[in-house]
This record gives sequence, structure tokens and C-alpha cells, in this order.
Amino acid sequence: MTVLLYLVPIALGLGLLGLAAFLWSLKSGQYDDLDGAAVRILDDADVAPPPETAPEPPPAPGRR
Amino acid sequence: MSPAVDLSAFVETAPSGEHRLDLAVEGITCAACIGDIERGLATLPALGSARVNYTHRRLALTWSGEGFDPLAAVKRLAELGYRAHPFRPSRQEEIEAAETRFLLRCLAVAGFSAMNIMLLSVSVWSGNVTDITQETRDLFHWLSAIIALPAVAYAGRPFFINAARALRNRSMTMDVPISLGVCLAVGLSLYETIHSAHHAYFDSAVMLLFFLLLGRVLDQAMRRRTRAVADNLMAMRGETAVVVDENGAREVPVRAVRPGDSVLVRPGDRIAVDGVVVEGRSEVDASLVTGETAREAIGPGIEVHAGTLNVSGALTVRATAPADASLIAEVNRLVADASEARSRYLRLADRAARIYSPVVHVTALLTCIGWLVAGAGLHQALVIAIAVLIITCPCALALAVPATQVVAAGSLFKAGVLLQSPDAVERIAACDTVVFDKTGTLTLPEPRIADRGRHDPDLLAMASRLALSSRHPLAVALAAEARGLKPFAGAEERAGEGVVVAADGVEMRLGSPVFCGLEDEAARILAADPEATAIAFRRGDRGEVFALRQALRPDAKEVVETFRARGYALMILSGDREGPVAAAAEALGIDAWRSACRPADKIALLDAMKAEGRKVLMVGDGLNDAPALAAAHASMSPVTAAHVAQASADALFLGEKLAPVAAGAAIARKALAIMRQNLGIAVVYNMIAVPLAMAGHVTPLIAAAAMSGSSVIVTLNALRAREDRSRLLMRSRREAGSVVPPAIEARAGA
Repeated sequence: MTVLLYLVPIALGLGLLGLAAFLWSLKSGQYDDLDGAAVRILDDADVAPPPETAPEPPPAPGRR
Repeated sequence: MSPAVDLSAFVETAPSGEHRLDLAVEGITCAACIGDIERGLATLPALGSARVNYTHRRLALTWSGEGFDPLAAVKRLAELGYRAHPFRPSRQEEIEAAETRFLLRCLAVAGFSAMNIMLLSVSVWSGNVTDITQETRDLFHWLSAIIALPAVAYAGRPFFINAARALRNRSMTMDVPISLGVCLAVGLSLYETIHSAHHAYFDSAVMLLFFLLLGRVLDQAMRRRTRAVADNLMAMRGETAVVVDENGAREVPVRAVRPGDSVLVRPGDRIAVDGVVVEGRSEVDASLVTGETAREAIGPGIEVHAGTLNVSGALTVRATAPADASLIAEVNRLVADASEARSRYLRLADRAARIYSPVVHVTALLTCIGWLVAGAGLHQALVIAIAVLIITCPCALALAVPATQVVAAGSLFKAGVLLQSPDAVERIAACDTVVFDKTGTLTLPEPRIADRGRHDPDLLAMASRLALSSRHPLAVALAAEARGLKPFAGAEERAGEGVVVAADGVEMRLGSPVFCGLEDEAARILAADPEATAIAFRRGDRGEVFALRQALRPDAKEVVETFRARGYALMILSGDREGPVAAAAEALGIDAWRSACRPADKIALLDAMKAEGRKVLMVGDGLNDAPALAAAHASMSPVTAAHVAQASADALFLGEKLAPVAAGAAIARKALAIMRQNLGIAVVYNMIAVPLAMAGHVTPLIAAAAMSGSSVIVTLNALRAREDRSRLLMRSRREAGSVVPPAIEARAGA
């Protein structure tokens, strides 16, 4: 059962890591606007537009 | 010329020199609005950051240094199509935000330790029936102890603090048995661990904390969301005043007005402060203060109250301290007395705790004595007695009420009712009599056109379109008819007379009958309906006089019928004169009514009803209703109510319909029934578990299964307090015209 001597600390360490991550996210205000986070991801405006020189790929047949 | 708006009272400055301004924004309805606003503001010079909070419909601006003018941001938002109202989060809201974060941290710690201890405990339980060695079990128990002790000390604080406070006040709340149970479970387990025993209850203690914290976090989150909506609505009412001093006129928030300041009140504005008229003559509508619908003429030297509406002329008012005004002082004194009486109300959960705690503690004591008498050793007798305390630790009992409360508050929110006090659901549910104020409660706060069918639709459309250019209260009421019309370009308002415009070569006038040359017709209409007020319209040679009067809320009759069908006694208590009150009572079929009530009269009547054993739900909006709202068993106010009235009410309802009041009472009754049922389930659970524990058969495994099982059952039962979805959908469609942004209604249940 000596395997427990390092497995248990590893398990607890991982758990503590998760706890620390949660507390950090709470502190940095990530739980202040839950609905906003859900819809912000749908906003494409922050994605750089594709380079203009690249030609439009022809539409695949059978798809709209 | 409109006065400069001064936002400085809303700007907060951090010690680091960073400024911050919060705005409640109207019109955020979809995800795209976030990008619109944030990108639209990003180009403003010297602005540090603009971040939209979509949950609360707010915008936070931060910047450092002096280079940024927040007014520019408000203007830019207006160009983008969003109306922004500056506000400072109320003290209450800040406290609640901090409390939510604290509870979430506790919940995280309890969750982490509950999971890890359960991992170790399950190993021990399965090892106990197979081949675990003494050393391994001790190791696991010690590991559990190392996790549990700091976790309980940290995550148990919300309960320990409340329990200590309750004991200091010599009262009993659910937190006392919870704290006792958790401490005993941890203490006993530590003792057993030191003595290499088979059983430890660390998992029970931590799991109990986790479940209870979960209930509190949800409760708190619901309350915060309600508070945010209420604060936004408050900000949107735009409580500002125009102060005139040597630097000219400035528009400042009402809170920044000091006694002695000269405040300019334009016609159509609400007087924002208590004070004395220095200059100007006008009529004021005091219906929000006294319930009186007739106008009152005022002039220099006359005292005016905050909340009254200035109808006709511009006034200069010197602000006085609120306590100077006799009516306000009387109202405040009555509210204070009434609130004190109400604070003695004992919540259902606390009443349960008062019965529960002594029973359980005596049972544990008897168990210990019983086992000693039966010849068991002191150690064994104590272990069994503590096991009784652990298994009875009121997990289900303490969840029974809050879980239902959360679900009911969500349903109420969707129905357009915002709860203001935590025990409002229980108190509203217990009521058997509904007392309505008339002005602004049964009737709409603004006058409405009396007989729409009588008027030519084209003429009405033109009159209402012209009315959009005026600030006069009657014109504002008429402008409500102008659905989707744009104001005429070049309309000119003439103070004390009306508005005039030349459109398509024809002159149009809207204003007093004299201004339009229609005195005779106006006199005829007013003779037929003395409660009405007339506003005249002339276009070329055609003229029309519109009668405007206080109108009942569109569904007032329906709601009154609903209450009567459910067996409520109904009554109207109004500060208005006899005529209008009698008319409203007759229209609604309410036999019991009183007119010309002063605040003290209302309280006396409520006290008389209380003495008869009736529990009154008071619904009112005026400043004069505030003491009655505080004195009644439970109370509700429309969101348009006077400040003091809102502060005294248990719940606010939104929109121009009265339906939320009926829906709120129904939801509250259902929720109370479920709360009682849940308490019953908790009692049944204890009746099964306690004999087992007294007989000494409870192991940590049984304790864990029984506690989580009963918690899950009461939580599932609490979910029944939700309203039927399909019924709700139909109602929200019917209420498309309510003041709540549709997005808030739709989102409330998420």
C-alpha cells in the first residue's frame, strides 16, 4: 500500500489546484456577469477578417 | 436652454486615482448590444475601459486622469440608441455583493473538502467490510481530519457567526443546532481518530455544510438579481434636480441637493426635494403624496413636498431639511413605529427551530442516560448520543424553507414581483384580507383619455403627436396615445398656454381650452364629468376637447374578482375625496371603502382589523400609505410608488397591470404550503432516523446516505413551487406592454 504515500498527495494536490483556480476566478470577477459570458463568445467582431487577397472558396455543391 | 448635467456625484475615485462611473442602460436586449456599446465607446479619447454587465444591464466606465468627460459617453450611448442613467450602487447592494462572494468562497472550500473526504471515507467503508488494515484506516482518518478541520473552520463561519449572534440575543435560529451538530461531529471524529476507532464522521460534517451553503448561495443570488433590477428601475426614474447658484443652473442627483439650495422646477417635473416656494406660481398634483387627485394652487411661501408633480408654471424652491416638513416627519415617525412591530415577526424556519432544538437535545441526553442505565460505558453512551445529534442535524429542516423560498422568488420575479424582504413570501401567503389604496394603485399613476371611442381617430393621432413636444403632465398623458409617431418638427411650447406648430401650412394648437378657443365645449364636458381635466386641440377650423381622468388599471376589475373568488376580504382606503373613491369602489364592486384617510387613520383601521384576527395585505403607493404599508401584515407597492412607500413595502410589482399582485399572492400561498410540506418531510425523516440512532445502529455510511437523501427529497419538492411554464408564457405575452424590458422577463427564469 506504499503507493498511497504518493497517490494521495497527488490527488489532494490536484483538488487544491482546482480550488485555487476557482477562488482566483471568483476574485477576478468572472462570476459577476454569467449571462454576459455566455453571449460574448458568439460575438465575431473581435476575429480578424480573412486576408482580402485570398479568393472566396467556391461554394461546395449541395450546400447553402 | 437645458442646464448642464453634473455627473460628478456619481463618479467614484479609487485611491489609485482611477475613476469609475456605473450606468444603468436601457435597451440592452441581445448579445449584439454588448459589442455595439463597447466598441462604440472605445473610440472616445482618454477612456480607460467600458465593460457591459449583461446580467444586470449595466455599464462600468473606468478612466484615470482628467482627460475624459463621462458626459461624452452618455451622449455617445444616446447616439447609438441606448439611454444611460448614472447611478451609484446602493449600500445594500454592495453589502450583498460582498456577502455573495463570501458565501461562494465558503461553498468552494466545503465542496473541495467534501469530495476529498468522501473519497477517503468510501475507501474506509468498503475496507471495513473487507480487509483494510488498522494503519491504512488511521492514515485515512488522519488525512480526513487534516482536510476537515480547516475546512469546517473556514466554511462554517456563516453559520457559526449567526449562531453566536442568536445566542447573544437569547433567541433560537436554525444556525444554532447546525453549528452544534457540525462541531460535535468534528470533535467526536477527532477523538475517535486519535483512539484508532472504526468510525469517523468528518464526511457528514462537511457534506452538511456543503448542502446548506448551496441553499444560501442560491438564495443570495436570487436576492441580488432582484435588487439589481430594483436599483436599475430607480436609476431610470432619473432622480435629478436643477440647482441654481452663482455659476448658473446645473442638473445634479437629488442626493447632492443641500438644504438652502435653490432648486428650479420646470412644469411637468416632480418636485425632488421638500422645500418652500420662493418664486413662481403653479398648480401641483400631490396624488403621490396624499392620494388627493384634485390639483392645488401654490405660490411663494407655501411648503411643498418631494414627490409632488409641478403642473403648470416654473417654480423656484428653496430646499429645507426633510424633517422640517410636518407630513414627512409624521409619516417617518409612524413608519418607524410600525416597522418595529413587524420586526417581531418570527419566521417559519425559526419557529420550527424553537420547537426542534429542545426536542433533539433532550432526546440525545435521554439516549446517553438510557445507555448508561443499560450498562454501557461512558464512551459508548456518549458516542451514540452524539450520533443522534449528528443524524438529526437539520439538513432537511434547514433546506426546507430556503429552497422553496428561492424557487418561489424566481416565480415571483417572472410574474413581475420583486421581493424586498426575505420573509415576504410567508407573510404574503398568510394574508386573508387585501386593502388597496386608490390613487396610483387601483388607478394608473398618470391620467388617461376618458372616452377614446368618442374622438375622431385622425384628430386624436395628430393631437397626441403634437403632445409629444410638451412637458405638461396632461400633454404627456395624451402623448401616450401616440404609438410610434414622431414629434412635429418646429413645435413651440408657450408656458402656461400650450404648444403650437405649423405643419402642411395649417396651424395646430394643443393646450388649455382658452388657448384653442374651445372654452364652451370644455365647460360642457367638465360639467358632465367633474373628476376629469380638459385639454383642447385645434387644427385650422376643427377643434376637439379631450377629457383626461384617473383611469383604473386595465385589469383592476379582473384582479379584484380573482381575489374575491379566492375568498379574500377586500377594502379600499384612500386619502382622496369621497366622490372619486366611491366611483372606483362601485366600478370594482368593493363594498368596504373609506375616503379622506390620513396616514394615522389608515394605521388605526389596520390595527382594528388585526384585532379582529385578520391578516392584511396592504397595496399602496403614496407617501401617505407608507406607515400603513409598514404596519400591515404584508405589503406591496407599484414600482412607480414614492420612495418612502417603496422602502416600507415587502414587495414591488412592475408594469401597469395589477395582475402581479394576484399572481404574487397565489405563488406565495403555494410556496407556503410547500414549505410546510417540506417541514413535514423533515419530521418524518427524523422519526425514522432517530430511533435507529438511539438504538446505536447508525454508522457514518448510514448517516451520509440518510442526510443526503432527505436533502435531495426536500429540494426536489421545493421545485414544485415553480409556476407552470405554459401558463406563464401566456401571461407574459399578454403583458407585452409592461415596463420590464422583455429580455428581463424572459431571462428571469434562467
